[in-house]
Amino acid sequence: MTRLDDVELTEHGLPPEGRGRVLLIGCGALAREVLTLKAANGWDHLDLACLPAILHNHPEKIPDAVAQEVAANRADYAQIFVLYADCGTGGLLQARCAELGVEMLDGPHCYSFFERNEVFTERGEMTAFYMTDFLVRQFDAFVTRPLGLDRHPELRDMYFGNYETLVYQAQTDNPALTEKARACAERLGLGFERRFTGYGDLETALRRL
Amino acid sequence: MSEEEDDIILSELDDEELVQQMFDDLYDGLKEEIEEAVHILLDRGWEPYDILTKALVGGMTIVGNDFRDGILFVPEVLMAAGAMKGGMAILKPLLAETGAPRIGKMVIGTVKGDIHDIGKNLVSMMMEGAGFEVVDLGINNPVEAYLEALESEGPDILGMSALLTTTMPYMKVVIDTMTEKGIRDDYIVLVGGAPLNEEFGRAIGADAYCRDAAVAVETAKEFVLRKHNQMAAGA
Repeated sequence: MTRLDDVELTEHGLPPEGRGRVLLIGCGALAREVLTLKAANGWDHLDLACLPAILHNHPEKIPDAVAQEVAANRADYAQIFVLYADCGTGGLLQARCAELGVEMLDGPHCYSFFERNEVFTERGEMTAFYMTDFLVRQFDAFVTRPLGLDRHPELRDMYFGNYETLVYQAQTDNPALTEKARACAERLGLGFERRFTGYGDLETALRRL
Repeated sequence: MSEEEDDIILSELDDEELVQQMFDDLYDGLKEEIEEAVHILLDRGWEPYDILTKALVGGMTIVGNDFRDGILFVPEVLMAAGAMKGGMAILKPLLAETGAPRIGKMVIGTVKGDIHDIGKNLVSMMMEGAGFEVVDLGINNPVEAYLEALESEGPDILGMSALLTTTMPYMKVVIDTMTEKGIRDDYIVLVGGAPLNEEFGRAIGADAYCRDAAVAVETAKEFVLRKHNQMAAGA
């Protein structure tokens, strides 16, 4: 796990190791979680390639980026599985994966599949702003800087005025991350809730491969 | 450099220079400077409608174009919008008094289950700037809220916004209900929001998908003109 660097995962992603029969092409925000599950379960048949996690902020670029990664690696693996949910692509990623003949994760986004899609849908929360372990660690790269809150803090309520609570969906038990998430909530002027999710439907999907 | 050399005294600029400076100040999101400049132009006898169209909308068009071209980003656009809003707040009551030309009327709102309104608010503001009367229903609107507003306000355009993949299908619920009630074709339906695309707009039966606020204004103008032409031809 030492090869993982959050900034690198945010900006550049992660290349595959070139071992294993199934290639997972996923969001850089899932790298640590996938490799943890892989190590814990001895899933040596799985290899992982990650696209830059910052694509989360530019969902319109995800379908093409996934398609390029599929094309670049298709010949080297028996199967490719895409570790993205819809992620704001408005169904375009699903359509592209169908064209390419590869499967992908179910659900609207990682907040949903970490919590399990069924549970997430049932909750039907409208005023929750979600953060995962990765997003808490990379809060400035995903929230502060792209929204210009470092340059224009007065914009905060324009972005977050309709939200009520920052829900920290914790994949791991990490008190330092919980404290950071709580501080993020304060900075955004939101209430705070920590919700342990573990890996949810991500683990279920990987187990099937 | 001394402060004297840095500072531009807005009141010392001639009209042309001042409008140019307002473009720059809008671009930089300087609300107070915009408000000051609007007052200066009013004192010089400018019509509120001219200040709106020539200075504010002119400046926001540059902002919109640079946003489209990837030169400006959302935070800068929001700062510019905040500055324009400051100017608009001064002009709005005056525009009402002076009977400025009105292009059309729009009812707009974010759909049920969705609280995101940044894009919608930008569209509202740009539409107002372009001469549309805008009735903003806010966020989380069920179909009933849209239908009530259509009936009570009688707009030319219904605008719907959604940021989530999970909420955007609700636009179809609204359009289908309008169709069931036989009122779909009485209105121009424009939709927008980050996860939407043209294909989605077509699939749900909207008249157009609008990629951003500037496109929304242009599309709205085009459709309203077309509607008026059709009415004139049928008269």
